[in-house]
Order: sequence, then structure tokens, then C-alpha cells
Amino acid sequence: MQLALRLARRAGVFLVSLLGASLLIFLVTNALPGDVAQVLLGTDATPEALAELRAQLGLDQPLAVRYLQWLGGLIVGDFGSSHLNGQPVLGLLAPRLAVTLWLVLFGVLGSLLIAVPAGMVAALKRRSWPGFTISAAAQVGMAIPVFWGGIMLVLVFAVWLHWLPANGYVPLLRDPAQWASHLVLPALTLAGVQAAVLIRYVRSAFLEVLNEDYYRTARAIGWTPMRALLRHGMRNAAISLVTVLGLQVSSVLVGAIVVESVFTLPGLGTLLITAVGQRDLLVVQGTVMFLVLAVLLISALVDLSYLLIDPRQRTAGGAR
Amino acid sequence: MKRAQLLTGLVLVALVVLTAVVAVFWTPFDPIRVVPGQRLLGPGWPHVLGTDGFGIDIASRLMVGARTVLLVGIISVGLSAVVGVPLGLLAGQAGGWVDEVVMRLADIVYAFPALLLAILLASVFGASTLTAMAAIGVATIPAFARVARAGTLEVMASDFVLAARASGTSRWGIARRHVLPNIAPLIGVQASVGFAMAILAEAALSYLGLATPRPNPTWGNMLRDAQQFLFVAPLQALWPGLAIALAVLGFNLLGDGLRDYLDPRLREVP
Repeated sequence: MQLALRLARRAGVFLVSLLGASLLIFLVTNALPGDVAQVLLGTDATPEALAELRAQLGLDQPLAVRYLQWLGGLIVGDFGSSHLNGQPVLGLLAPRLAVTLWLVLFGVLGSLLIAVPAGMVAALKRRSWPGFTISAAAQVGMAIPVFWGGIMLVLVFAVWLHWLPANGYVPLLRDPAQWASHLVLPALTLAGVQAAVLIRYVRSAFLEVLNEDYYRTARAIGWTPMRALLRHGMRNAAISLVTVLGLQVSSVLVGAIVVESVFTLPGLGTLLITAVGQRDLLVVQGTVMFLVLAVLLISALVDLSYLLIDPRQRTAGGAR
Repeated sequence: MKRAQLLTGLVLVALVVLTAVVAVFWTPFDPIRVVPGQRLLGPGWPHVLGTDGFGIDIASRLMVGARTVLLVGIISVGLSAVVGVPLGLLAGQAGGWVDEVVMRLADIVYAFPALLLAILLASVFGASTLTAMAAIGVATIPAFARVARAGTLEVMASDFVLAARASGTSRWGIARRHVLPNIAPLIGVQASVGFAMAILAEAALSYLGLATPRPNPTWGNMLRDAQQFLFVAPLQALWPGLAIALAVLGFNLLGDGLRDYLDPRLREVP
């Protein structure tokens, strides 16, 4: 019963947030001194052309009606279409989604592969040089802008060493080896920046474990610190890791958008930036809505995943 | 150790502020005017860090970039603090449905990273320093609101607030005399960390062409230009990135240091 209630409540929050977000997006794109037609046609457009485009886009309708129409479209999966070439936004998104997803997937996996061992060592050796070094490196890493990190990696591995391509993308099915080599640097860039943020939290999580009775008991029966941490620390650290990853969803996405621009990967990010450059307002509106939907959906899933990781959450009233 | 962090932070931040102030009055060379004969010079004299693809002195452009960074940081952090802190205070003091509504709104805005807001604003109004400041400012309101709310909740549970209530002090009076002074250190820390985030966000936005456009120099759009010459003049891509990293590191260290200095109880973990 508790569980069902929590699920229903979380779903309600998700829907309300989605509604609020769509309203915000709609209002911003309609907050022009003129209107969308004016932006699309430029200041020197004739009144007749403006009127025609307004009618075509439905801009002669009241704001509320247009919002509801747009919302209705979203519900049936219509994210609008480009003014420039009439292509539906979803049709533009679909082929690029894979690129962004690969990047995010490898970026997050990579950041975990770096941050979990590093954070663990930082916690175990917190009073000696490995701990200090890792903490300092994380502090410095958090200050490095993701695109500069990418540029520096290109400088080393593409310009100087010629090991990897500096930019571009090859689909997986066309040539897996090329696909991988084009994704290494972008994924590493994203992973490095995310790892710098994660290390602090992993370290804190493992430090908490070090003070627990069960850890002391494990040590007392002769387990090594590493074994005790791996056996008992992982699950506890996982809870705070999931929390942080949940909070990082939007920053990972933003990171991916920026990284795509650095390496000219044909993903959602480059689509967005190009659309802004062409002032293709409806594509921007639809793509932003899609990305926000993704962020909200993932946050909701992260919240639900607590139930899987932490059994206490299932019985108690959900002490978060 | 902790003291050294605070000091390093202070020194770095002071360096950025000083550079920005000097750049208002003086730069070694014109940071805007194109000099065709002097493209892509390496470091040397009189161009200490060399010149960029337009023949403009890189050091001068970096100095003006510091100005932009401070301006964007102050305005956007100011905006989010001025809106976020009262909202957090209200939510923390009122509780109940007011709290619920404010925090849900904060959650909604939180789902909008500064980048997406900036993309929306830039596509509607055209990219400028102003749209970048607005986007960063609005996107960080939830952070301030959350910090202020958490602080308020803690203060409201204290005995001196109970005493003030018993003696008939109004809500407004409690907020002004008891809550605000007590959460001020928290807000200060958040402002410093928020400043670091604002610098990173501004850099990313101007790198993507979503903030201050050429020819006005920012550290982000300098990197955008430098990337084109990565194969012929790789050093160019070094300086603006270093400037960003040092400035962000400075504000982060300052924030962390302040946190420990002002209130040892707030220390994260040993």
C-alpha cells in the first residue's frame, strides 16, 4: 500500500513538472516583442507575408488556444516541425538520438569506472598522499570546462600523437572500429569531467561506511579494509551514487551537448546549436521539450530505483 | 590545509578581480582591432602570449575576458540570490502548501539547465551577454532557494525563534532579525560556488556561440576561435582554458574555505 502510494505520488509530481516545463518553454518562445513569424521572416518582411505565415502557423489564435494545441500535439507525439524545411522535429531527432545516447552511456560508465575506485582509495588513504592527490585532482577537474578538456585531449591524442581522430562520427553498423575510435575522445572528455564531480561523493559515502559498526566488525574478524569495503561498502555507496547521478542527469546531458560541438558529432546537441544559428524556433522548441522530458523521466526513474537498492525504503514511510 | 585552500581561493579570486579592474582602464594592446600583418604570433615581446588568428594581442583579450566573467557572474548570481533567497525563506517559514508549491516550482526550473534556457533565449532574442546572464541567473535560482529553505528550517526550529514567537515578534520580524543573519553565511558560500558555476556556464555558452558574440572577447569565444588553429598554433588554446580553470578553482576553493571558516558544523566530511 505504502509502495503504491509513493509510486502514485511520484507519477503525479512527474506530470505536474512536465506540464510546468512545457508552459515555461511555450511562454519563452512566445515572449517575443513581435512573434515567431517576425523572427522567422526578419524585420524587412512585408505585412502580407507576415499575415500569411501567422495564419499558417496558427499565430492568429489566442495564446492559450495555441498552448493547448501544442500540448495536444506533444501528447500524441507531435513535437512540431521545422519552419525552414517542414521536417517534423521527431524525424530530425531520431537519427541523431543514437549518437547522443552512445556518448552519454560511455560517458557515465567511464565516469563511474574512474570515480568509484578513485573515491574508494581517497577514503581509505585519506590521511596520506594518495588521498590528498585524488582529492586535489578532483578539485582541479571540477574547474576544467568540459570543452577545454576536449580540446586538450584532441591536442594530445589527435594533433600530437595521431592516435585518434580529432572529430567526426561513423555509425556503428557501417564500421564498428571507426565508430569506436571516433567515440573514445568524446566519451573520455565527458567521463573525466563527470568523474571529478562524482569522486567527492563516492569518497564521502565510503567514509561513512568506515565509521559503521558492521565495517568495524568485518575488520575485527580479520578482513582487509579493501574486502570489507567491497563487501559492505558498495551497496551503501551505491545509494548516494544513484542520488548524485540523478542530480547529475541534466549536467551530463548538457555536457554531452557541449562535447558534441567540440568533436562535431551529429547528435542532438549539434542539431540544437545549428537550429539556434538558423533561428529555427520550432525545432529549438521541440528539441528542448524533448530533452526536458528526458531529464524529468530519468529523475523519476532514479527516485524509483531507491526502492530497488535500499530495502529500508520499501517498508518505512520513505525516509529520504 | 583548510586555511591554505581558503588563502589560495582568495588569491585567485583577487587576481581575477584585479585583472578585470585594470582591464577597464588599460590593456597592453587594442583587444578588438584586427591587425592583419601580425596573425598567429607565438609568445614573445611585446605580445607576451602571442596574437590570435586576427592578429590581436591574446593577453589583452584575456584581460577583457576577465571583465566579462565578473560582470556575468555578479549579475547572474545577484539575480538568482535576490529571487531565490526570499523564495526559500518563504517556503521554509510558511511550510505547508506554500512550501510544496515553491519547491515544486524550483524542481521544474531545476530540470532546465542553464544551457537549455540559454538556447531558448538565444533562439528567440539572439545570442548576447544579456541572454546568457538571464539564463544562468534563472537556472541557479533553485539552488539558492534550496539552501535558503534548508537554513531557514534549521533556524526556525531553534529556541531563540521560539522565544521571539512567544514574545509576539511578527513573521517578518523573525525573518529579518533571526533567520536572515543566521543563514547569511550559507548564502555567501552558495554565492561563491554559484559564481564558479556561472563562470563555467558563461564559458560554455560563449564557446557555443550562445552568449557574447565576436569581436568582444570572452574566454569561451577565444577558445572557439583557437580551436580552428589547433594544428598550427596549439598554444592559443591553452591560455583561455587556464584562465577559466584558475578562476573557477579560485571561487570553488573560496566557497569551500568560507564554509569551513564560518561554520565548522557545515563541514562536509573530514
